[in-house]
Amino acid sequence: MTTIEELQAKIAELEAKLSAQNATARNKIDSMSAEVVDSNPYSRLMALKRMGIVDNYENIRLYTCAVVGVGGVGSVTAEMLTRCGIGKLILFDYDKVELANMNRLFFQPHQSGMSKVEAAAQTLRNINPDVEIVTYNYNITTTDNFQHFMDTISTGNLTNGPVDLVLSCVDNFEARYTINTACNELNIKWFESGVAENAVSGHIQFIVPGETACFACAPPLIVASNIDEKTLKRDGVCAASLPTTMGIVAGFLVQNTLKYLLQFGEVTHYLGYSALNDFFPTMRMKPNPNCEDRYCRKRQEEYAAKPKPVKEENVAKTEEKPLHEENEWGISLVDESATPEEVPKSVAEGLSYAYEEGPKVLRDEANPQDDVNLDELMAQMKSM
Amino acid sequence: MVDEGTRKTLSNIPLLTTKAGPRDKELWIQRLKEEYQSLIKYVQNNKSADNDWFRLESNKEGTKWFGKCWYIHDLLKYEFAVEFDIPVTYPVTAPEIALPELDGKTAKMYRGGKICLSDHFKPLWARNVPKFGIGHAMALGLGPWLAVEIPDLISKGVVSYKEKANS
Ligand SMILES: [Zn+2]
Repeated sequence: MTTIEELQAKIAELEAKLSAQNATARNKIDSMSAEVVDSNPYSRLMALKRMGIVDNYENIRLYTCAVVGVGGVGSVTAEMLTRCGIGKLILFDYDKVELANMNRLFFQPHQSGMSKVEAAAQTLRNINPDVEIVTYNYNITTTDNFQHFMDTISTGNLTNGPVDLVLSCVDNFEARYTINTACNELNIKWFESGVAENAVSGHIQFIVPGETACFACAPPLIVASNIDEKTLKRDGVCAASLPTTMGIVAGFLVQNTLKYLLQFGEVTHYLGYSALNDFFPTMRMKPNPNCEDRYCRKRQEEYAAKPKPVKEENVAKTEEKPLHEENEWGISLVDESATPEEVPKSVAEGLSYAYEEGPKVLRDEANPQDDVNLDELMAQMKSM
Repeated sequence: MVDEGTRKTLSNIPLLTTKAGPRDKELWIQRLKEEYQSLIKYVQNNKSADNDWFRLESNKEGTKWFGKCWYIHDLLKYEFAVEFDIPVTYPVTAPEIALPELDGKTAKMYRGGKICLSDHFKPLWARNVPKFGIGHAMALGLGPWLAVEIPDLISKGVVSYKEKANS
């Protein structure tokens, strides 16, 4: 049995540890200083100004980014932006930290079991208390949460306006598509990022609604990884991951975020990364005038009506499709859908679509079964 | 590539026509009716082919679905609870079907027990919007998953047979 004295000694020891930890946490800093002293966390960042790379680095404090998905890419993205002194970060994720995540950066074993957003907020606030951090622990793709997500990104910046950028760091098509829907509707610029399930390729893409191709304009792109897909074994696992590829993609993402926010250099519209041969394709894609997202089409009209300076290189156009194909989709059962390895329709060197598109249906067809009652159908199904 | 087996499975599930998701108010009701009609027919076809393998129902709004699926292995029936949400971007994106009780028991799952789909599923789904509905997601997503994973989980002793009152 433990004696009271032993317990008291243990408490004293823990208190000492705790106060040592708190002593290293710093207070908030009102304005960024360029003074080069070892107590100034911003001196090396403000040096970018002195060197003429960035005109007004301290403006970073005015900006807000939403980071959707705080996993291998999103957590590192949030950490980089926090260290850079961004004004505000809004984090969305509904996952928990697990030991299975420890092959990636950022999270630590003692955080296992915590929600990713909560664990991330804790670490980030400790790194830089100047950054305002707001977290939401939910899945944005469900109807219950989607409206809240839309409201948050449209009113979440430091002056209750829309966020400056949404950074998509999610790992699935559904969530990307959801972010795309929201950003087209709200006219918010966003970066899409991704790492392939084989862990050896990745990409980032800058999406300016109406101006560059949105996520619904064309099937997702895949970066050639120089792997013969037939030799790729997927038995027994969903996905592999490497801290390297994820860190590199997060670095690309934040680098371009900084360039966009602080207006230096050129923002790359699409940047791919193939790890096996260190190949980095870049390109720019125009939006598809027949995109099935009606807000994308609306933003395209708005953009077309705007006067603009012309400067475009290496533009790949997404394929144009007739606006409304006749009813053929109602008859044919299933298209001879091609497997990913059969489709490589090249978009730019080293880039191809993940699959070929099916015919699009733009109009919602009325169905002549109005007389059936939904409640009766539900009851019938339940009684089966 | 659609093989003969898939083609045959698909022929048992009526196609849908209304392209509408849960944010589309009245059109979603229309779509929901089609979903139910298609599912009812599919279950009827399964029953008459002696291949009955799932039941589903939804909340009033049709946005949350739950039910059960079962898999027969060595004459024993293994039953699992199924659940999924209809994403706001449905039917462009398919629902992510989950078997929560198997969460953490197999690598062929994402968080929350969402099943890991084959490389073929998403292209096939994408090319068949809005014709494919919940029945298709079950048949092309969950069905093949159960057929591959459950025998494997049984052989590893991760899933074991539970005696149940016959329903
Ligand atoms: Zn588009």
